[in-house]
Amino acid sequence: MSEMTNKWIGTSTIRPDGVDKVVGRAQYAADSTLPGMIWGKVLRSPHPHAIIRSIDTSKAEALPGVKSVVTAKDIVDFSVGTPVPLGIQDMRWMCRNVMAREKALFHGHPVAAVAAMSADIAAKACELIEVDYEVLPWAIEIDDAIAPDAPILHDFIKFEGKPSNIAGTLEHKLGDIEAGFEEADVIVERSFDTRPVHQGYIEPHACLVSVAADGKTTIWSSSQGQFMVRAMTAFLTGIPQSDIRAIPAEIGGGFGGKTIIYLEPVAAMLSKKSGRPVKMVMTREEVMRATGPTSGAKSMVKIGAKKDGTIVSAQATHYLQAGAFPGSPIRGACGCCFAPYDIPNVYTLGYDVVSNRSKVAAYRAPGSPIGAFAVESTMDELAEQLGIDPLELRLKNAAKQGTKAAHGPVYPVMGYAETVKAALAHDHYKAPLGKFQGRGVASGYWFNAGGESSAQVNITEDGNVVVTTGHPDIGGSRASIANITAELLGIDYRRVSVLIGDTATIGYSNLTGGSRVLFASAMVVTQSTEKVIETLKGLAAKIWGIPADAVTWSDGAARPAGDNAGKFEPLTLEQLAARANESGGPIGAGTQLNTTGAEGGFATHICDVEVDVELGIVRVVRYTSFQDVGKAVHPAYVEGQMQGGAVQGIGWALNEEYIYNKDGKVDNPGFLDYRMPVCSDVPMLDNVMIEVPNPKHPQGVRGVGEVPLVPPLAAIRNAVYNALGIRFNSLPMSPPRVLERLDAMREAAE
Amino acid sequence: MAKLHVTTTINGEPTEFLCEPHHTMLDVLRDNLGLTGSKEGCGSGDCGACSITLDDRLVCSCLMLAAEAEGHEIKTIEGMAEGDKLHPLQQKFLEMAALQCGICTPGVLVAADALLKKNPNPSETEVRYWLAGNLCRCTGYDKIVRAVLETAAEMRGAAE
Repeated sequence: MSEMTNKWIGTSTIRPDGVDKVVGRAQYAADSTLPGMIWGKVLRSPHPHAIIRSIDTSKAEALPGVKSVVTAKDIVDFSVGTPVPLGIQDMRWMCRNVMAREKALFHGHPVAAVAAMSADIAAKACELIEVDYEVLPWAIEIDDAIAPDAPILHDFIKFEGKPSNIAGTLEHKLGDIEAGFEEADVIVERSFDTRPVHQGYIEPHACLVSVAADGKTTIWSSSQGQFMVRAMTAFLTGIPQSDIRAIPAEIGGGFGGKTIIYLEPVAAMLSKKSGRPVKMVMTREEVMRATGPTSGAKSMVKIGAKKDGTIVSAQATHYLQAGAFPGSPIRGACGCCFAPYDIPNVYTLGYDVVSNRSKVAAYRAPGSPIGAFAVESTMDELAEQLGIDPLELRLKNAAKQGTKAAHGPVYPVMGYAETVKAALAHDHYKAPLGKFQGRGVASGYWFNAGGESSAQVNITEDGNVVVTTGHPDIGGSRASIANITAELLGIDYRRVSVLIGDTATIGYSNLTGGSRVLFASAMVVTQSTEKVIETLKGLAAKIWGIPADAVTWSDGAARPAGDNAGKFEPLTLEQLAARANESGGPIGAGTQLNTTGAEGGFATHICDVEVDVELGIVRVVRYTSFQDVGKAVHPAYVEGQMQGGAVQGIGWALNEEYIYNKDGKVDNPGFLDYRMPVCSDVPMLDNVMIEVPNPKHPQGVRGVGEVPLVPPLAAIRNAVYNALGIRFNSLPMSPPRVLERLDAMREAAE
Repeated sequence: MAKLHVTTTINGEPTEFLCEPHHTMLDVLRDNLGLTGSKEGCGSGDCGACSITLDDRLVCSCLMLAAEAEGHEIKTIEGMAEGDKLHPLQQKFLEMAALQCGICTPGVLVAADALLKKNPNPSETEVRYWLAGNLCRCTGYDKIVRAVLETAAEMRGAAE
């Protein structure tokens, strides 16, 4: 498609679902009700690690108003011996995460649940459940979990032949790192650590589930994938998938944290036992204690370069916290950390470490920000030791088309170097800095993804368009779909409605995640729309009495293909739709694909900070993101992804962390003490979108949602170094930690 | 427990409801009255997603007991548009893509409206500090702040 002819692709149209959202009418999961509905509440473990000897629910069941009680007995038990994979999850862990089985493995682990006539009664009933615990020693931090005498969470997990909290490893190898380091003139080797941070979506997890007497089950819930909800609920309840209809509510943020389920199977069993629809809504404290977060980590990085800046060898080891069950994002940490660079010898090794924390969930480019923090911080020191500008060092070693990456691929057309060049050329990089101000840069990579997607495009009798896809719209994907459909049909985008189908009304579609939704849905929407255009051309041909291939489609109308096809006035979409029933019938088409051809995305960020050296407060005063976005189908929402990711990174770098007390419990499970950035913490955010289209996609889409969270951690850390001369290799750089280092520096100077 | 009978005005409509003494205004709006535009993000007054006005004063409805509505006037996001005519803030948020997932949007709009009533010509800093009680995890706040400033400028222009 020629750039010049685009009318809607590349413009910031008004999203189709916008009005409902600004008037408060959009229906999120907690907004749903049903006749006869009752309320479910979860009883959670007060211990970080304890054997559950017995659970007595009799007093709770006897409380007036209580309709059903559920424990692990009501959830399908998958034996720990055999993997039961579903997507990236393993149902062995999911069945134990949703409801503690043999042991409670973290403070807040669900132990039982109650449904009652009111939320108040359900909460009171939870207090009447008697659980006999045998409290065990626990391990929260990585060092405690991998110590030789560490309490073992799962006896069946073995590492090097012995029971261990190391649940798995992953390595990527390219070339020979030892030979590479021998060639190096300068080697920088450093260690880093980051704390777990929560995805922090503003909408707590919620669902409404109705199981009818015949077993037919309807789920309204907030998730990043209704098909994931259906499959996991079926696995964990034993209800056949064909009996479950999962209806996606509007989703109030996810960032990866809503790619798994917590409440749905519990609500389904409470509903089944009570014969009533059950609504469950988590409190913020429950969200913080028992969902997400992403991993905390320890990383060791070693990079060797020649005097001219050519990197010859690189090595990284990442220990990532998985929480109570295996599954930390070691793939993202190991695969992405050196991905922006063309390095002949690379070795990365990741350890998946379980400990007595809530099980981690995906968080925006899972693992990659952690890996990039370590590598991009080390790159900054390498640049300093070599006396080379940090962006020039990155440009010199930039991966490009044909580069073999350690995690597997030989890169196709890509725009990493362009992000660095744009940063070097930008005013921001040359602007003067004030006292206690510093500037930092860093780069980042995310794989992006394709996968399963389905779409249906139907023409209404009045000549408008309804597009249905299977992907929850988490940040404006409907607007991009409207742009693409309107562009292909040659009509105004306001004539296109975009709906999210439920599991009973649209073909299988994988999660909204991995920066895959527009990549995949645009493909199936494009194919469906092209089929519809063929149908429309066929109708016009029939009306005109000429062959179908003598008809073209442009500007929203069928036209004869040149004078040889005959002289006919164009037939518009409206005219053809109005005559559809006399000339061929309903107009619509569907497409289901396992989409391939996704290509990775790269970004480079520049950040300026100013440090209050009396209070230890780091303020970000200027921020510019440069990203290869492939093709920005809806530029305002691409910018929104870049801006939102940058601010999540600012939070991760400067303030956010899980703080555990001596009893192994999270001490800051709310927005007051778990301090996410607020409006007054951040500046306006500049964005430079670089468009190197993905040649394997009809619109050139690459995926844009995750890369923006990869560079900020190191960019901010490098900026703080340039402001203070202090290198923080631990996050967050919160005021007490910054003050501690400043005081130490002042004492050393005295 | 005996329920309390409360007489109030919500979005200009005389309204009566029954509630438990410990129920919050947010509970009643959402669960008794079907006004689910106000969202519960935290239940502790830290996220602002449940923002409403009580006699034109901006409050977190999760921190207000429902019984406190007695004799007072409440406005929620549902009362912001006039029929099918959006408030200029609502229109500008749509045009400038100042929402992504949209869960914080009702609270942000109610808070921004309260700001512009108090100060029709806020600086960027004033907007940022006023909205500091409204968490948004998607947008990075950039587009929200720009939309509020732009609406303020347009509303001043229209008022002249």
